[in-house]
Order: sequence, then structure tokens, then C-alpha cells
Amino acid sequence: MYSWIWRSLPGGTGLKALLSLILVLAVVALLLFVVFPWIEPHLPFNAVTVDG
Amino acid sequence: MDDKAPVDGVQTEDDVLPWDDAVDETAPQDRIPHDLLDPRRRPPARDDVRPERWRTVARGLGELLVTGGVVLLLFVVYELWVTDLLNQHTQTTLTQQLQQEWKSAPQLPPASTAHGAVAVGKAFAILHIPRLGADYQRVVVEGTGQDQLTQGPGHYVGTAFPGEQGNLALAGHRVGKGSPFLELDKLRPGDPIVVETAQSWFVYRVLGDPRTGNFGTDPSGIPGQQIVPPTDLAVISPRPNAAADAAPSGAYLTLTTCHPRYSAHQRLIIHAKLEGAGIRKADQPQGPAALRAG
Repeated sequence: MYSWIWRSLPGGTGLKALLSLILVLAVVALLLFVVFPWIEPHLPFNAVTVDG
Repeated sequence: MDDKAPVDGVQTEDDVLPWDDAVDETAPQDRIPHDLLDPRRRPPARDDVRPERWRTVARGLGELLVTGGVVLLLFVVYELWVTDLLNQHTQTTLTQQLQQEWKSAPQLPPASTAHGAVAVGKAFAILHIPRLGADYQRVVVEGTGQDQLTQGPGHYVGTAFPGEQGNLALAGHRVGKGSPFLELDKLRPGDPIVVETAQSWFVYRVLGDPRTGNFGTDPSGIPGQQIVPPTDLAVISPRPNAAADAAPSGAYLTLTTCHPRYSAHQRLIIHAKLEGAGIRKADQPQGPAALRAG
């Protein structure tokens, strides 16, 4: 998977490294600001109220 | 990083996940010449027919597992650290807004029972708990939905407001989102919980005997601390632990959070009772002594 991505990236080692870094940051941002906030309400330790 | 380990015929498990086929389709053409040119990586002859395929599958599977682990770690970082940072920012903003509001409209109805209905999501008080730190303060918002609790401790809609007869009930996150109620279990009998409103300070004291540390000594029978199932609505009744429609028997404050930490199994409940009457801010702008003594 990762070797396939590496081969698919254009350019030399420097450019590939830069693009990889951007890809990683994009994925991390997607997780932190979209995916995690979305799944969070479904997790147990967020239930702090008493309700019937 | 994935080319380091010499692969032999060992990794020929049959428990292949469906999506690994997709990996197979693309990889082998690229991989075969490169791998076979290197004698150290050449698989044993007996497996010549299928090693490339299985090697790719095993490698893909390994990468997926490692990736999953990293994502989980990132989630822990998010939950314990990023949400705290975001909440810190929210709380700072809310505090500034509230102070500004209080300053610009100081002539709102005086003293204690001044609150009408507060719109859900609106900040209306500041909670101080000296036991949790001299600078511990959290802006309280109306409502206990996800959106409100992300901002700070939430006030159960329909329960009493600060200083009122009945039960001022607040819920707060134990872990993450600023973790306002993380250390609620450190509260001891007699500890002050100070609620600041536009006009007044209200000092509530955790029920129980301060000398022995026994939470259960209040003549009313209401314990200072209890652990209940999540369905136990009676803890936020006007008279704590009585029926929901019971008449108030005093001005109580109840805090709820999850228990144990990281779990939704139970709820940790703290009950406190108003000490004396509200203290006008005009009289004590720096706050009551309890704020500094705790």
C-alpha cells in the first residue's frame, strides 16, 4: 500500500517526500477535524448526564 | 520500510481479507521484477508459484494493521489533548463574553432568584471549585446536549438557577473537552463550590461531615457523594433523591459526570447545599472568602 503510493507519486525523492508529508498532514487533518468529531458522540465516556 | 524483512514461505496464511484482492491486482506487475532481481529476497523454489501474491497480501495486511494502530493513537491524542485545547479556547471566549455582558448590563434584576428562562446554549454563570485549583473556573451554559457540554459544564434545563430553592443541576465531561469534572472525586465534605452570576456569589458546600470525611451524615439523608446508574434521574430532583415532583426542601447543587473515568457505566454525583444567602458582588467584588480558603 505505502510502496504503491510512493511509486505513484511523481518527481524525485525530494518531491515525493514533500508530497508524502502533505498527504500525511491532509489525512491527519481529516481525522482530527471531520472523522473524530463525528464518531465521538457515539463513544461511552462522553455520556455524563443522567437520563431515563 | 516494508522491504526490510526477508520473506520466505511462512506467510501463506489463508485467512485473507476481501479487500486484499484489490491490492493484488495492481501490485505484482510492479513488484515482481524488482524483487526477483534481488537474490536475498527470492523465495524458496518450492513456493515459486504463489509467493509473490501472498507476500503482497501479507505486507498489505501488515500495513493496514499498523495504520489502524496509528489512527487509534491519534484518536487518543485528539480526545485527551486536542479537545482540551479547543475547549480552553471556547472557555476563554465565553468568559470574556460573559464578563463583558455582566459589565455592560449591571442593572439586571437584583440578587438571587433573578433568572427567567435562559436560552439553551447561552452562558449564564461561572463555576469555581477551589479544591480543584485556586484558578479553577468554568463557564456554565444552559442545556446538557452534546453541543453545550463541548463548551463547558451544562445546566440541566428546568432545574433551579443559582441561589434558587430546588436543585441547581450541572453535568460536565470527565475526560476531554477541558475535562471540567475530571477530579470531582477529590471533593470532600464541606468543600465550597462557588457559583458566580451577574450580580452575586453563591457558596454551596458539599454535604457530609468535614471532620470525618463521611459523605452520608447530612440530616436530610442526602449524601455529599454518590455513584448511581445512568438512569437515576432522582439525583437531579428539586429535592435530591426524592420524586421528580417533590417540593424543594432547600437550595441544593448537584454535579453529574461519568464514572469510572472513560466509562459510561455509572454516574458520579456530588450534592452540595447553599450556605447562607447569596453575596452581592457589589459588597465583595473579589468574591467570598470560601473562594480563597479552599
